[in-house]
Amino acid sequence: MATTQDPRPVHLSVNGKPCQGMAAPRLHLADFLRGELKLTGTHVGCEHGVCGACTVLVDGVSARSCLMLAVQGEGCAITTVEGLAADEHELHPLQQAFHELHALQCGFCTPGILMSLSELLAANPDPDEDTVRDVLSGHLCRCTGYQNIVAAALRAARLLRERDGHAR
Amino acid sequence: MHAERQLTAIPGMGASPGRIEDETLLRGKACFLDDVPVPDALHACFVRSPHAHARLRGIDAGQARALPGVVAVYTRQDLFGHITSWRMPLGFPLAALPEDTTPFALAGDEVAFVGEAYAVVVARTRHEAEDAAAAVQAEFEVLPAVADCRQAVRGDAPRVRTELASNVLQDYTLAYGDCDAAFARADIVLDDEFQVHRGCGHPMEGRGVVAALDPATGMLTVWSSTQMAHELHYTIAHMLDQPEDQLRVITPDVGGGFGAKFMIYPEEIVVPAVARALGRPVKWVEDRRENFLTTIQERDQFWRISVAADRDGRVLGVRGGFVHDHGAYTPQGTNVPYNAASSMTGPYVVPAFSLHVQVAYTNKVPVATIRGAGYPQAAFVMERMMDRLASAAGIDRLECRRRNLIPPEKIPYTKPLKSRAGVPLVIDSGDFPALQATAARAIDYEGFARRQEESARAGLLRGIAIANSVKPTGRGPYESARVRVHPSGRIVVHTGALAMGQGIKTTLAQLCAAHLGVEPQAVEVSAGDTGLSGYGMGGFASRQAMMAGSAVSEAAAKVRDKALATAAAVLGVSADELMLSQGEVHTPDFARRVPLARLAMLLKGVPGYALPVPGDPGLDATVHFHCDAQAYAGSSHACEVEVDPLTGAIHVRRYVAVQDSGNLINPQIAHGQVHGGVVHGIGNALFEWMGYDDNAQPLTTTFAEYLLPTAPEVPPIEVIFQPSPTRLNPLGVKGIGECATLAVAAAVIGAVEHALDGHGVRITEFPLTPVRLAELLDPPARDTTAPSANP
Amino acid sequence: MKAPAVDYVAPRSLDEALQCLAGVDNARVLAGGQSLMAMLNMRFAFPDCLVDINRIPELAYLRDEGDTIRIGAMTRQRDVEFSDLVRDRLPILREAILNVGHRQTRNRGTVGGSLCQLDPSAEIPTIAMALDAQLHVASAAGTRSLAMADFPAGYMTPALEADEMLVGVSMQPWEPGHGWSFLEFSRRHGDFAIASAAVLLRFGPDARVDRCSITLGGVSTAPVRMGQAEQALLGTKAEAADIERAAALCGAVDASSDAYVPGWYRQRLARVLSSRAITRALERATR
Repeated sequence: MATTQDPRPVHLSVNGKPCQGMAAPRLHLADFLRGELKLTGTHVGCEHGVCGACTVLVDGVSARSCLMLAVQGEGCAITTVEGLAADEHELHPLQQAFHELHALQCGFCTPGILMSLSELLAANPDPDEDTVRDVLSGHLCRCTGYQNIVAAALRAARLLRERDGHAR
Repeated sequence: MHAERQLTAIPGMGASPGRIEDETLLRGKACFLDDVPVPDALHACFVRSPHAHARLRGIDAGQARALPGVVAVYTRQDLFGHITSWRMPLGFPLAALPEDTTPFALAGDEVAFVGEAYAVVVARTRHEAEDAAAAVQAEFEVLPAVADCRQAVRGDAPRVRTELASNVLQDYTLAYGDCDAAFARADIVLDDEFQVHRGCGHPMEGRGVVAALDPATGMLTVWSSTQMAHELHYTIAHMLDQPEDQLRVITPDVGGGFGAKFMIYPEEIVVPAVARALGRPVKWVEDRRENFLTTIQERDQFWRISVAADRDGRVLGVRGGFVHDHGAYTPQGTNVPYNAASSMTGPYVVPAFSLHVQVAYTNKVPVATIRGAGYPQAAFVMERMMDRLASAAGIDRLECRRRNLIPPEKIPYTKPLKSRAGVPLVIDSGDFPALQATAARAIDYEGFARRQEESARAGLLRGIAIANSVKPTGRGPYESARVRVHPSGRIVVHTGALAMGQGIKTTLAQLCAAHLGVEPQAVEVSAGDTGLSGYGMGGFASRQAMMAGSAVSEAAAKVRDKALATAAAVLGVSADELMLSQGEVHTPDFARRVPLARLAMLLKGVPGYALPVPGDPGLDATVHFHCDAQAYAGSSHACEVEVDPLTGAIHVRRYVAVQDSGNLINPQIAHGQVHGGVVHGIGNALFEWMGYDDNAQPLTTTFAEYLLPTAPEVPPIEVIFQPSPTRLNPLGVKGIGECATLAVAAAVIGAVEHALDGHGVRITEFPLTPVRLAELLDPPARDTTAPSANP
Repeated sequence: MKAPAVDYVAPRSLDEALQCLAGVDNARVLAGGQSLMAMLNMRFAFPDCLVDINRIPELAYLRDEGDTIRIGAMTRQRDVEFSDLVRDRLPILREAILNVGHRQTRNRGTVGGSLCQLDPSAEIPTIAMALDAQLHVASAAGTRSLAMADFPAGYMTPALEADEMLVGVSMQPWEPGHGWSFLEFSRRHGDFAIASAAVLLRFGPDARVDRCSITLGGVSTAPVRMGQAEQALLGTKAEAADIERAAALCGAVDASSDAYVPGWYRQRLARVLSSRAITRALERATR
């Protein structure tokens, strides 16, 4: 099997849209999303998998995109913060709750946290505070002290339950 | 939120309209430094010293230059002709500092801390630049490195840099009153030693610079993730000999500052120099390891302190001194130790005082202000001594403090010490006993025993403490704001203030909007762009609400007055029959009305016609708000912790922060600042240690080793604002950004020590780790003692 | 912190992967990436080739094989966390997995990756040691199995040849009615354990302990079985004095020191955690 360090095309879907770009094997997924696909909402904070700023969903499951190679994303469905809101008029309930409850200050850690919380709420529509803090333990925020983030997550959960309740 | 006394007469105050910054941030559409679209930018990677101290004998970049993608490699010699000096200028120049103290743009023949840059690679990608940086060969002659500032001040210590005559940069005593007499007549004299460490700022976004020269206009544009755009502009102009109006510094969205970006760094000079030399845009984005190694930090102070008091626990005098770890160079003065020394007495009356300060060079990255700026260290020492004093005098800890707090009737209170600019320190406002009383009530100090019993049933020790602090805020001499209504109807605020996450744009927008009768969302705020705002100071010292807020409020008021006068002339009514709302000036019944946009258009002038009102054109006003005096923001924090006596584990269970930040512009934002400040303080108290070994090699260089608090470690924080507004600015506002950090370590450690009451444990340091606590509680048998890591 | 240049191959079958390992010098297997990618980004590792085994479905499985549970090396930690089979038959593994990193890292981190990383404080190797797991190794030349006790060749060094790959691990569940507990002590939620204790025990018909396993993580160069402490409980009714004796023996473990944690503190944690874990295991056991 031929192996090479050269860039090769990577095809994946991002936020529901088929995308492609070039990536050398050593390029991590975060740099690929930001550099090749110009989706700069995903941020790079540490490149060793602790701060969580680079968190995206890969096939619906949260992952640190600095710890994945772009080439590993071949054929995957990636969701980034740019894909959270339905359109430019409406925010996702998580984003809405974050805004209402002042759950972001500088906003650098926010996209990663939104992705982790969107995964949580998809699987667990009624989490308690301890569960929310457990999910947040994989993220570093230097600005907010986490308090408003926890409150916003719980409010978003309620908003989603109400919305899904009405939908039935 | 408890009731807050608000001055509702000032438009825009006391409202929480929701931040205008949020939408782009939430959608991932914001523009941080690494998001700035600069096509065809090259990427820089600095080559950094692996040694804490060494002579640099030669650099061979031949191999590096030959690697794929590499465009250039610059050493200091290669920068000759591109920069005006090898050394950075001293930030905020102080006559008393020697010339050989500032950092170099690039190190030349000696390196003095691990991470100091001595070359820079410019390549097509950052990956290739890093490959080439690894291939730059340098010949080092390793020299002895000084890691501990206590060792540095000894006569036999190796010099931190061979150009230095001494490792002691400053040695001074701050004093007033008669300490000898105070100690001679005291009933109680207490002595102790303390070791305080504050680690790093660690905004989630590191530093970064992009520089691009426009060949058509000659304009050099520099983007930097900074807290001080105008200072950067001045420094680049000076170091690059770039004409001031051919240089523009733009601050993108900033992912946190915390003081780490309140600094002009060598990279911010070298990258523009190299971009200009190459005629190509160049980008440098700091990675986290570089941030650990080369971004300013606060680190260590070693204190010895004595307190003299009468038998009722009233302080008669405080004396002692500390040694301060300053790092290898002085980029920006020596505020941190001065702040610590001059603020030590805090909100207390101390009749006699003498503190000897030694500021010592070490072979580590320079120390400068991180959120709190030296005040938390002093607050910790003072609060620990207060607890000792209470114990020695046999009185309750709160009562002991109450007896010593500056009473409200003595406000304004002049401390017999001066600021670094030589101005007397005057506590202009504040009711410290009331703050403490509120904290005690809110934490239910009286009911503590019951909670302690509950913890005891689970095998845990519970403790409670209260700590007080006060901080001067609103650093002058000025801040600027321009409010302009364009003929399109757009309302724009340009300010020299700087945004780094604290919501300053919303705060300023709401003040402006309220004057002009529009929604805050209708006001655009541009901050930190030297092309749009001629003068400014930036974001630091908890100053922006006070300084920029006042400037914007005054400028908006002027625009409002002009709008009314112009509308009166245009509509043929008197100005006091008119009001502003919904972007128009109108009579209450809307019978006569004119949009602000039209007024702006009329005021831009038509050739040959008089302006509708005499004076300058434009619906436009600029104010530089001046204030040299500082408004003092007090706080009283209460904390409860649980300690596992067998493992030394410490958990903060409850936290109350009572803050006096004067009137609040945006209460929701103010609460958020307190949450963040408290958690930073918890980090300092229990987690954050920037470790170095005996050879000044950094030990903690990842987030796995340097611990920041995460959500499970943080308790719910109750915030209570209890304002004593200041008269120093028209808004009655005081700063907040750092104020909630000052008392935290004192409160947390005080609570831990209280939990261990009866175990004979005194805690004289922070951060306090479980290892250290276990060692204090139950010292290991001598033969199993391995040298305890610091801490 | 950008990774150095590296070749990359993503085999689609185990055979292909083994051929790669046999054919390429200085190749590293890329599994969950939670350890290796960080090392690459920080330029602490310089493999010539990454063999990405994430596209080999036959390596990820959780199988009930009667008296053992067999777990494929590429089984994600998260799948272990949510597996009913593991919850019912290997509850101590589930208890331990909840302490592994964070949700985000468990999503991609693998059982095999953790075992091969062999961090002395890692939970999965500690449980594997506690359960006397059998590790299954393959190369282009064939397969072999070895006991977990023989797997650590040194500090963070598994007894694997350069062309070998861990493909699975078998763990033998203890009988229903056994007691179990995993406890760890770390600075923050999700951090590496400074020390941990894994205890399993079972009472015989005479109400005395007739089977016991006590393992300490984080105190030594690899997770370590505390045979003497186990002996101190065997044949006893596990009363307070017996627990204290066993815990004291754990506290006498030869513990390493580093820049952050001295050996005596690890010893102290070993004593406290083993005591607490034994107590908890006893609460869960049927006598």
